[in-house]
Amino acid sequence: MRTAAQIARDVNAKTESAREVTDATLAHVDAVDGQIGAYLTRLHDLARAQAARVDERVRNGERLPLAGVPIAVKDNMCLAGTRTTCGSKILEHWVAPYTATAVQRILDAGGIPIGKTNMDEFAMGSSCENSALGTTHNPFDLTRVPGGSSGGSAAAAAAHEAAIALGSDTGGSIREPAAFCNLVGFKPTYGRISRYGLIAFASSLDQIGPLTRTVEDAALAYDVMAGKDPMDSTSIDRAVEPTATALRTDLAGVRVGIVKEFVTETLGPDIAALYARAYADLEKLGAQLVEVSLPTAEYGLATYYLIAPAECSSNLARFDGVRYGLRVDGADVGQMYEATRAAGFGAEVKRRILIGTYALSSGYYDAYYVKAQKARTLIGDDFKRAFATCDLIASPAASSPAFAFNAKSDPYSMYMMDYYTIPMSLAGLPALSVPCGYVTPAGGEAPMPMGLQLAAPLFEEAKLLGAAHAYEQATQHALKAAVAVA
Amino acid sequence: MSSDKIDIRYVAKLARLALTDDEVESFGRQLGDLLGHVDALGELDTAAVSATAQVVESRNVERVDAVGPCLDRETVLAQAPQRQGSFFRVPRIIAEEG
Repeated sequence: MRTAAQIARDVNAKTESAREVTDATLAHVDAVDGQIGAYLTRLHDLARAQAARVDERVRNGERLPLAGVPIAVKDNMCLAGTRTTCGSKILEHWVAPYTATAVQRILDAGGIPIGKTNMDEFAMGSSCENSALGTTHNPFDLTRVPGGSSGGSAAAAAAHEAAIALGSDTGGSIREPAAFCNLVGFKPTYGRISRYGLIAFASSLDQIGPLTRTVEDAALAYDVMAGKDPMDSTSIDRAVEPTATALRTDLAGVRVGIVKEFVTETLGPDIAALYARAYADLEKLGAQLVEVSLPTAEYGLATYYLIAPAECSSNLARFDGVRYGLRVDGADVGQMYEATRAAGFGAEVKRRILIGTYALSSGYYDAYYVKAQKARTLIGDDFKRAFATCDLIASPAASSPAFAFNAKSDPYSMYMMDYYTIPMSLAGLPALSVPCGYVTPAGGEAPMPMGLQLAAPLFEEAKLLGAAHAYEQATQHALKAAVAVA
Repeated sequence: MSSDKIDIRYVAKLARLALTDDEVESFGRQLGDLLGHVDALGELDTAAVSATAQVVESRNVERVDAVGPCLDRETVLAQAPQRQGSFFRVPRIIAEEG
């Protein structure tokens, strides 16, 4: 599949219709998704109806930034009239009565919704194995996970089942699956993209963003979705600087911070060599590498695993069997709540609700929740100090390539996957993962992709995407094709 | 900060979650382990640090007190597990007298 930018250009130029692109994409999805499992719901009728509308608008002289571009939507984003499950049994049959603002902006820009993608239940996980509704396979090695929680979206984009896949990132849920599937995964500044219609997990962290095969496509999608939304009071009322026109091809004058506490040698010689090469490539492009220190970043995981569960325990209180979703009857209303939630939520969701409830409970609130919020302040201050001496920060996106199914049985070892992405989430910073090469994992046969994480100060999306584009164009790590499209 | 043994059944009650005996055992152990990791936060001196609830500037958002478009009642009730007329139906909450 061509990139989103190429498709939009051709459809706007009328050398191809949105209908033709859509039919070809749906046929490809029907051919390969049996082995990938990216989609929980395919939207053939809706896609064709939207394609017809786009073709008509183009015929009428409109130029649409995403004309005819096939879009995959993570199944925690509402799209009116479609099943929106959050990968959970508690919402397995729930049909969204309205459309999320981010999704609506994509549709208004000419995007074609191909389907709703699999995810870790309520976006809790780093492998997509926590979905209650399906298994998604990594398109580069079907025996391995696609990453999580936006694993279905990542697999869809990597297997060319969509040109742009929408994900949500709370602690790394766009960047980590992007790294596992050789994609660009972009989490904008917190509040840049409306969360209206995104089913909440941890409200102070959740952020929608794109997974794409090129930086240019990520910029296109971001430019369409970003901006104040009156329906989300936490969305930021601040001018959005267009990024698609700010892409550059060198890094002259850019100071890139390398975090001294993120020691890659502990990840093994192959991975350490890969990141050493990536940092050298940045230097070759003209960047000046500077050492920066994030002394409290090591407390990021502990901070995150108090704040995110605390917010989740509050947000998920609405799933009680009264107004929507699953209901399991009980003798009284209290037993109905308890039985409904016991049957509807999977193990990881229950674990996080319990830890969050505990951290917020009387006697522990100050010791855990407030303490974590204070640690969050220190982590943010670390970044402010670091960005006084650099423009961007580079690091690994994940500590390993995609692992085999069931490889991480201990919850904390799974949480460790997000070690490099969580500090940026706690500070609300824009950050992305861009393909940076391949390593062959222990016990594996196929070389698996790895991601370079770049992070920028708040609101510096243009600078971030511009630099990522320069790196991508010079290194071309995304050229290897996944199994499903090879 | 200390990770005392968690009364997992009490926490589950607060969270409105019915747990099996197996879940009480496994979640209790896992949460204890996790709190062990989290206790590392105790090393940080936060006495003079303010808490971060929002990372970007937030201020009160006001809007005109006027009726706007919203979901219609039938659309909302169509998703109800059980309804009665224009209401969500739930088990009896207040016991009958006598």
